[in-house]
This record gives sequence, C-alpha cells and structure tokens, in this order.
Amino acid sequence: MNIQQMIRKNVRDCPPSGIRKYFDLLNEMEDAISLGVGEPDFQTPWNIREAGIYSLERGLTKYSANAGYIELRQEISNYVKRKYNLSYSFDGEILVTVGGSEGIDLALRALTGPGDEVIIPEPSFVAYKGCTIFTGADPVPLSLRQEDRFKLTPELLESAITPKTKVVIIAFPNNPTGAIMTREDLAKIVDVLKDKDIMVISDEIYAELTYGREHVSIAEFPEMRDRTIVVNGFSKAYSMTGWRLGYVLAHKDIIKAMNKIHQYAIMCAPTTSQKAAVEALKNGDDSIRVMRDEYNQRRRIMLNGYRKMGLECFEPEGAFYLFPCIKSTGLSSDEFAERLLKEQRVLVVPGTAFGDCGEGFVRTCYAESAEKLKEALRRMSVFLEQFR
Amino acid sequence: MLELLELLEKDSRLTTEEMAIRLGISKEDLEKQIKEYEEQGVIVGYTTMINWEKTEKENVTALIEAKVTPQRLEGFDRVAERIYKFPEVTNCYLMSGGFDLMVIIEGRTLKEVAMFVAHKLAPLESVLSTSTHFVLKKYKEKGRIFSKGETDEREAIFL
Repeated sequence: MNIQQMIRKNVRDCPPSGIRKYFDLLNEMEDAISLGVGEPDFQTPWNIREAGIYSLERGLTKYSANAGYIELRQEISNYVKRKYNLSYSFDGEILVTVGGSEGIDLALRALTGPGDEVIIPEPSFVAYKGCTIFTGADPVPLSLRQEDRFKLTPELLESAITPKTKVVIIAFPNNPTGAIMTREDLAKIVDVLKDKDIMVISDEIYAELTYGREHVSIAEFPEMRDRTIVVNGFSKAYSMTGWRLGYVLAHKDIIKAMNKIHQYAIMCAPTTSQKAAVEALKNGDDSIRVMRDEYNQRRRIMLNGYRKMGLECFEPEGAFYLFPCIKSTGLSSDEFAERLLKEQRVLVVPGTAFGDCGEGFVRTCYAESAEKLKEALRRMSVFLEQFR
Repeated sequence: MLELLELLEKDSRLTTEEMAIRLGISKEDLEKQIKEYEEQGVIVGYTTMINWEKTEKENVTALIEAKVTPQRLEGFDRVAERIYKFPEVTNCYLMSGGFDLMVIIEGRTLKEVAMFVAHKLAPLESVLSTSTHFVLKKYKEKGRIFSKGETDEREAIFL
C-alpha cells in the first residue's frame, strides 16, 4: 500500500511549518535567545492555577456540558459586556472551545467548503490558511502593507471580494505585525461588508494586549453582530496557553452549527481549565494589567533598540510582536533569520512564514525578560554592522 | 505616574535612561518626576532585598505583638515613636484587632532579640504586654520569593 496516497490530497499538499529548521538549529545552541515563540513568558497567575488545583481536589473530573459549564459561559457573557460592550447570552450564543484555535477551525468548518473563498489578510497567523484548506475551501490571501500600518483597508478588502467569498478573517491585534484596528478603521470595513452575504471570523485572542487604547470588536457594530463569529480565549490575556481554553461568540444558529462539530469531535473543553478560567474572569483584571504594563515596557525597549540600530519598524499598538523591515540588509527574510541565528544566536521568524507579503520583514516576539531582550538587541546590532 | 513607582519598586537599579525608554517619556521628565516624588516623601528611600540566610551574617527576625496604652491627645503615635526609633525595629505598624502595635525586630541572635524585648520594649510604661514570635524561615518578602523561581518550560511550537 502506498501510504502517502492514502492521505487526503489537500492535507498531503499542505506545506508543513516553514520554521521547523530554525527550532532544530536553536536546540543545538547553548546560549541562543529565542524571539521566535509566540507565547507569553509569564506563568499563569497563581490564583488561577490554584482554582484549577481546587477543582481537582473537589473531584471535578467529569465532562461538562458540550458548550462548557454554565458558570463559565455566564462569566464570559459578563466579561465581554464589561470589556467590549458585546451582548451574548450564555444560553446558546457562547461556546467554550479547546483554545481559540478550535474556535477558528469550528467556524471555518461550519461555514465553508469546496467552492467557497475565504479572504485572509496577510501577514497572518498560519492556522487560518491551513484550516481553510482542510475544509476544501480556497484561501484568498490579501496583502496588507506597512504603509497602512498593516491595517485592513476597505479598498484592499473590496478588491478581494468575489461572488464566491464566504468568509473574511479579521485578526487584530495582529500576529505577526502587532497592528490594531481602531473603531474608525473598523467602521470603514463595516461599510463594505454590511450589505453582503459574507461572514466575518474575528480573531480577538490578543484583545487584552493593546497599548494606549482599548480594543474594539467589530461585533460591537450592530449591523455586524450577527455576521460575525468572535473568537477569543485565555491563552494570551491570562498567560494560559497550555490550558487550551477559548470561546466563540456568535448568532445562536451559528453556535448551534459549531456545537454539532464540537460535540462529535471534542465533546467539551477540559473542565479543570474551565474552572480555572472562571477564576481568571472573576479576579484576573489586575494580573492582566501587570502583564500588559510589562509587555508595553518591553515593546518600547525593543522599538527604541531597533530605531537606534537603524532597523525600520512601524510602532505596533497590540499583541507582543514587532515586525521590523529588514530590506536595508539586502537579505531575504529567510537568509536574515538563518544568518542571525547562526552568527549571533538570536532566533527571529521570517515574515514569509506568515504569507508571501511578509518578505522583507521578520517577526520578533517580546514575550521575554527585559534582560534577554536587551542582550538580543545587542547581538542584532552587532549582526547589522556588516551591512552598513 | 503609578507605573513609574511600580517600576522603581520592582527594580530601583534601572538607569534613568532605561526607565524613560520603558515608560515612553523623556529622561528629563522622568528625573523631574522622581525628584518631586522624593521631595513629597512619596519615595522614601532606595534599598536592596537581601536574603541574609545565605550569608555568614547571623540574623534573626521576630514579630512582636504589643498591647499599649494610648496617650491622651497623641493616641498611639507617641508610644509608637518611642518604639520605632530603636534601630533594631525594622517595621512598626498600628493594628486593628487583638493587639495594638506590630513590631518587627531584627537582631543577630535569639538572645539579642529577647534581651531587647526584656530590657527596652516590655519595661516601657505604656507597654502593657508583649508576645514575641520568632521567624524560622523566610519564604517571601515584599513580593519576592526567596527560593529559585520557576523555569521557562516553553517548548518550540509554531504559532
């Protein structure tokens, strides 16, 4: 039997992650600094961990309802109202998922299939494209530009819409650029979409990590509320990546459809994580603020460092990434990343990992201690000397 | 600028230049602000956290609960002052509940601390009674955990 032939074509043909080789190189180095992982360096706040431990002590080791514990859905409902002015009922409009990632997969599977097009503004998180391909739908990459501060503009969006367009993915604060969309920016997108039969998947996993202004959800626009699936979760806001917990907010018919897939594929999200998440939503605001302030300080350290070494970089207002332009070196993103790692032992991710339009950029994650970041900056500065 | 104070409290050894970068303000504004805080007594001083257990210096800490008689007009302040002016006293708080003053004392030996209580603190006219508790081990002080912290367990994952 030819095993390869047994694998479904669109899975087989989907390229594996392009940065595997860097991590392999990294693992062989003693004192390398990784700005490569997109994961908070903070530990989950203790009160949240303790709530998880307590749930185990109480013996809460069984399934929850498919959609998640009612208590958690109620807390999510309160939280999104309080923070983003979004009104979703715990009863039928909220689904608790295994990370935001499951939410993205469920949303795409519930909405799209062969013949549909999914507009994916790039550079972007890699899962959108992969998950779209697995449904049989066609991803339509849309190149965002540094001169627009990597925002989605109405002109660009219009240019990508065809009669086959079923979904637009809007992901701000953005991985890998750190770009955000203000209320005014979103209003222009709403104007384009409000009369069309196109759904929005709004990935707001970095919503708590904005610097200087509050995050605005596109679902807050009344005309968009029922056309949007909001994906959010606990990984980034509360530093809970390993707990694998997220949620989606949507019109009840959409939630019902997504829950069908969820109940057969997943049953329910891990209950220990759900109990910890209740504590996070109830008593986590201070922890978020402390982590956000720290990220913001690191963001400024990095931005200042790049400016000093003459590396062009637009100032991102969200997430925990900087996306400097490395065109001045004359290297491709891939060459830059490989040589920086080999010569100065600093890992960055080539922009091309997030779409073709990422050429000429690298993603640097500042979820690292200030000491490490400063050392990384020093090494990058030495590396750049040779290109002057 | 609460963020400035929080930053200083966490690490007062940062250079003014680095603090200015971190907070996104000019170095001049930062220095001016710090000076103001110092003048207003908001910033009372700068210190270092030391785990004396790891040094050869002998050190013992005791918590003393003291019941005292408040003085007319001055309340507890005058009594507290009599007590906190001793250099052995590192902390002194007025408390609600079962006793009045919480006095934290550091000395070289148990005996030294005991002698301080017996000879200096207990005999004070307004001190009615004391109860001394010795610290056996310090786990955490001023938000700092003394044992080695958690290590970075993040694995290479692409996201």
